[in-house]
Parts: sequence; C-alpha cells; structure tokens
Amino acid sequence: MSPQQTLETGTGVRAPENLTLAAALNAAIRDAMVDDPTVVLFGEDVGPLGGVFRVTDGLYAEFGETRVSDSPLAEAGIVGTAIGMAMYGLRPVVEMQFDAFSYPAFQQIVSHVAKMRNRTRGKVSLPIVIRIPYAGDIGGVEHHSDSSEAYWTATPGLTVVSPSNPADAYSMLREAIASDDPVIFMEPKSRYWSKASLALPVQTEPLNRAVVLREGSDVTLIAYGPTVKTALATAEQGLAEGLSIEVIDLRTLSPFDDETVGASVRKTGRAAIVHEAAQFGGYGAEVAARLTERNFFYLAAPILRITGFDIPYPSPKLEEYFLPTPDRILAALSTWEWS
Amino acid sequence: MSLNVESTPLTAVLAPPPLRLIDDSGNAVLDSESGGFVLPPIETLLGLYRQMVVARRFDVQVTALTRQGRLATYPSALGQEACEIAAVAALAPQDWLFPTYRDSIALLARGVEPKDILASFRGDWHSGYDYQQHRIAPQATPLATQALHAVGLATAAKLKRDDTVALTLLGDGATSEGDAHEAFNFAAVWQAPVVFVVQNNQFAISVPLDKQMACRTIADKAIGYGMPGFYVDGNDAAAMYAVVSAAVDRARNGGGPTLIEGLTYRIEAHTNSDDPTRYRKTADVDLWRSRDPIERLEKYLIAQGALSNDERADIAAAAETLAATTRECMTEQAVVDPLELFEHVYATPRTALAEQRAFLAAELDGDAEASAGENEKSTR
Repeated sequence: MSPQQTLETGTGVRAPENLTLAAALNAAIRDAMVDDPTVVLFGEDVGPLGGVFRVTDGLYAEFGETRVSDSPLAEAGIVGTAIGMAMYGLRPVVEMQFDAFSYPAFQQIVSHVAKMRNRTRGKVSLPIVIRIPYAGDIGGVEHHSDSSEAYWTATPGLTVVSPSNPADAYSMLREAIASDDPVIFMEPKSRYWSKASLALPVQTEPLNRAVVLREGSDVTLIAYGPTVKTALATAEQGLAEGLSIEVIDLRTLSPFDDETVGASVRKTGRAAIVHEAAQFGGYGAEVAARLTERNFFYLAAPILRITGFDIPYPSPKLEEYFLPTPDRILAALSTWEWS
Repeated sequence: MSLNVESTPLTAVLAPPPLRLIDDSGNAVLDSESGGFVLPPIETLLGLYRQMVVARRFDVQVTALTRQGRLATYPSALGQEACEIAAVAALAPQDWLFPTYRDSIALLARGVEPKDILASFRGDWHSGYDYQQHRIAPQATPLATQALHAVGLATAAKLKRDDTVALTLLGDGATSEGDAHEAFNFAAVWQAPVVFVVQNNQFAISVPLDKQMACRTIADKAIGYGMPGFYVDGNDAAAMYAVVSAAVDRARNGGGPTLIEGLTYRIEAHTNSDDPTRYRKTADVDLWRSRDPIERLEKYLIAQGALSNDERADIAAAAETLAATTRECMTEQAVVDPLELFEHVYATPRTALAEQRAFLAAELDGDAEASAGENEKSTR
C-alpha cells in the first residue's frame, strides 16, 4: 500500500481504528471543517440523514445548519451556488448523489468551474470539491452505476481524482479541500465498505502521483478507483500462472502521472489499463495513447484496454457480465505474443 | 410551426400595465398609480440621466467600432439604459454585480474602464477587468448560469454576516433556462440577499417572449417561488431605480430575494452578426424608439427645471470625451502573449502544460530543429 504517515493538525492524532472508505471520507470532511472555518458542505440529503451512503454522517449535528445543509434537489443549482460561495472566500464541498445525477450540473462544471481561473487570469480561483459517488458493482438500478470520469478528464481546468482505499480516501480528500483548484472527487461506490486500520489523520502520497501498489516484472496493470481491487486480484491470480504483474493505482486521473507510469512501462515493456467505463473514447484510450507516444520503443506489445463494453451500464442481474474480472484481464493478456 | 397557433398566449394580452413613476410624456404619475413607490430625489435622477447619456454614447461608439472590425462582437444595450444604469445605481460599494454579455454599460456605470470592458469583445482574453476591485463577476455568456453564482455569493455573505447584496442581470430568454428556475428557487429557500433584474427586451436573438412562456409576465413567476415580483416599466429610470433600491434594501435587511422585470426593448440587433429585419417590423422598432428612456427622463428633468442647457452641454462633453477614450484604446493594437495561454488554467502547475508551453515557445522562436527534437525525445 502507499506509504503513510500521520499528520499533525488541529484535530490531533488519534488511535488506530478500523475504518471503511466511507468513514475515512467522513473523517476527512470533519477534520477539514475543524481546521478551516471556510469549509462548508451542502448537497442532497447530506444534512440530518448524513448522505445516502452516510459519508456526511454526524456532520450536521456537529457543525450545524450554517456549515452543513441540505440543498434543493437540483445539481446545477448546487454547483452554481458553490461557485458564488467560492468567489466570496468559502471552500464548498458539494455532493452529486450519484454519478448520473451529476449531468444536470455539466454546464456549471464545464463552463464555469473549469474555466473561471483561466477566464480571470488567475484572479478568481474556485476551491470547490465536487464529490461524485461513481461506478457500479452495487446492484444499482439504472443511472446509479455510471463511470463518468472521461467527461471530466476531457475538460481542461479540472483536477480529477479517485481513491481506491480508506487511507487515500482520507488523505486525498483533505488535499482536495485544501487545493485552490477545483477537484472532481470520484468515490468508487463498490469500495465504500472496504476497511483498513488507520491512525487519523493520515497522509499518503500527494495528489497527482500514481503509486505502484505491487511490484512485478512482466506486465504493468493500470487501474484506479473500483478496479484497483480487481487488478490486485489479477496479479495474485497471475502469479499462480507464472506471470509477474505490476499494479499501479493512478489515484489522480487528471493530471496523469507520466513519470511513475512511464517508468513502470519502460521496465515491464507491456501495459494494460482496466476501467469500468465503456472503452470507446474512454479514459483508457488517453492512457494507451500517451504511454505509446512516450514509450513506444520500450513496448513489446500494444497497450490493451480491459474495460466495460460499449453499451449503457447494465441492470443488476447483468452487471457481472459487464465488469472486468481477473479472468477476463488474464485472458486479454494472454492474447499478446509472449516470447 | 408554433405550438400555440390556435390559442393566443396570455403574454402581453393579459399583462397589466407596468409600474411606472414617470410616463411616456415625462410627467410624474399620480400617487395612486405609483404602487407605493415614490420618485427618487431630483439629484439621484440627474445622476441617472448623466450616466444614461454617457452609456448610450459609449454603446453607439462601440457598435460603430465593431462595424469597423475593431471588435469581434458587441451585444448592444441601446434602449435598455434605464434598466442597466438604475440597477447599478441602486447598489452600495460592497455589493456584487453578476452581469451578462449585454450589460457592458452596467460595468461602465460601476466604474470599469472602457479598455477593460472591451478586452473580451476585442478578443484579447475571455474577460478583462478587476473583479474584486469592482465587485463585478465576469460577464456571463451561458444564459442564467450567473444567477446561481449570485445566489451562492449572496448566501456566503449571509453566512459571514456581511451586509453584502448580490444583483444579477438576466434577459427574458434566459428565464426559460433551468438555471434561472434553480436560482430563483435556491434564493427563495435560502432567503439569499439577492436581487434578480430581468431585462425583458422582448427578444431572445430572434424569438419573441410569447414563444418562451405562456404566463402574463416574468414577474408573475415570483409568486411560485415565494418571493416578491415587480413588473416595471423598464424605460422609466425613476421606477427602475425605486423598485431595485427597495429590493436591495430588503435583501440587505434580511428580507430575502426579489424578482424584478423591466419591460424594455432591444433597439439594436442581437449582435453585429444578426439581421433583425428577418423577424421584426421596422414599425415596432420605431414605436419603441419613440419610448426612449433617456428622452423621457430628460423631459421630466427639464419640466422640473433641474436640467439646464449648461448641464446638458457638460454631460454631452463628458460623453464625447469617453467616446474618444474608447476609440483611442480600441485603435491601439492589443498586446497578447501566446505563452500566457498556459499560465492561469491551474493554481497547481502541471508538467504536461509546461511541456506544451515549451513546444509553443519553440514554435514561436521558429526553431524547427528544437521543436522536432522535443518531439523525438518525447517519443523515445
């Protein structure tokens, strides 16, 4: 796992406890609100209910209506008003309840959140964190399992991140809230209940750095968010088949850490990217293209994408056929010529 | 095809007369018809008049410069001076303005220099003035999006217990956008200290208001959000100033948002690339020219003995000076720096952008070898 150290903050260092990814996010928001009175939180059901995934549990009770509030049910309104608040010196953390429910906010995010700093020649920064629970594997009905990351990574001006484990969830959210750049914070729903023992506050690698989670010599397997677990399982299974797989957790999708990923690819000479989103025009296309452009002469084989199919996300009884699995990934890797 | 061919829309047919304090002939209306609003003091009206005259001269000058090719585009506010100037005049220095692309003269009235207003229309950069100094957000192009920003800023001010009010300008077409609805609703639910001033200039580029909505007035919509709404003669600067001032005071004193519709007319084309003869009659334009907001206030001030010939000459001279300044600054060649393209996108520097900046710098140097070398290195 990524190197960890504990942070000295106004919230103090606490004894290690077994925390879910959702609880780590909750602690990150709470600690940020304690440390910085300009941090405010609002969105749909984030108040007394504590969010539909309980990520904001207890914050309304602790900080009150002025800093934690339920908004009207309107995503453009949530992001649009967050922009105005940020212009007045607040640091809003807002929630889009589910990936596909962020689309009404698309214009506010793409036309204003992403462009305001550039438009104003750096005079108006928008330190906004837009939390988006995303991806599938939770048996969700339609519109509750989209992987919408490529819409955001295709937009200059946005920083797009996705933690895969509780330690990163805490550390990356703290850093996102402290950042003067707007951050699209994509939370893998299927990993909300994964657990780790953490002594908070914990600090992992900085944002914008990918991490080699498991070293290997034959293949670089690149994953992020929900597919990191899949990639690690693939590496374990691959070992039994005599394949040494290096697993990279990108953590930050935009910007892309060319240095870390490039070094791994130059070492192994083979790379594959795994994501849940559809393949065509997906994030993996950018990864494959830029790694090829920069490392072509080190590559022994074309870079592969093991992704969701080019179809809308399926209904619960069919999602197992859609999601990349270790078997499907290993089968894809076996299509390469191995000398 | 129109969806309402068979039925007559309620718009205009059932609309009540708009609230006014000075009528078309320049006479004060009876107290019984003034909706409880009183005429602003004569010095205030004189100030509005001066700013409206100067603003129109600016607008005419910029339209001329645009026709000469000095600017990429310019959306004129000719005929809408009462709405624009009165809205800004009602604000205190700490208040914020959230304008659209059509509201350049509102920026002028709030003290922004012509060269800074026009930087975006000339194409130097996407926006060009000091937002914090003037308390004016960048002029919004996507319709109604800025209304939500105003609500957010006003709410932040309320949370910080500041006495700041946010005022946003919108057009009639923008009220069809979902963001307008969300802004009205958020403002009312949060009781945000915000004022929505909708300039109903009757056209969204070419589409008339009765194809945007089927209710009597835009102001009527306020009741659905639980806030006061006022339907005002947008060519009556006195009425616009009185109503907007009351709304600003109300917001400042914790009374929440207000929706104000100013009924006016867009005399010019949408922009220089529009041809309004395709969708409206010259006779209609002429009718609205005869309802000119500046002439109306001028008649009133003269009748009150408040506007001497000397004063008029002084205002005209100020307007000409500004026009000359505007011409001069737009005649100068814009200085743009291609490498600035990369400077402001992120607060946190990015390696990929530094590489692209270096690429462009090398290209600018005409150093083909260096450029090719960079590419070769990056693919190795």
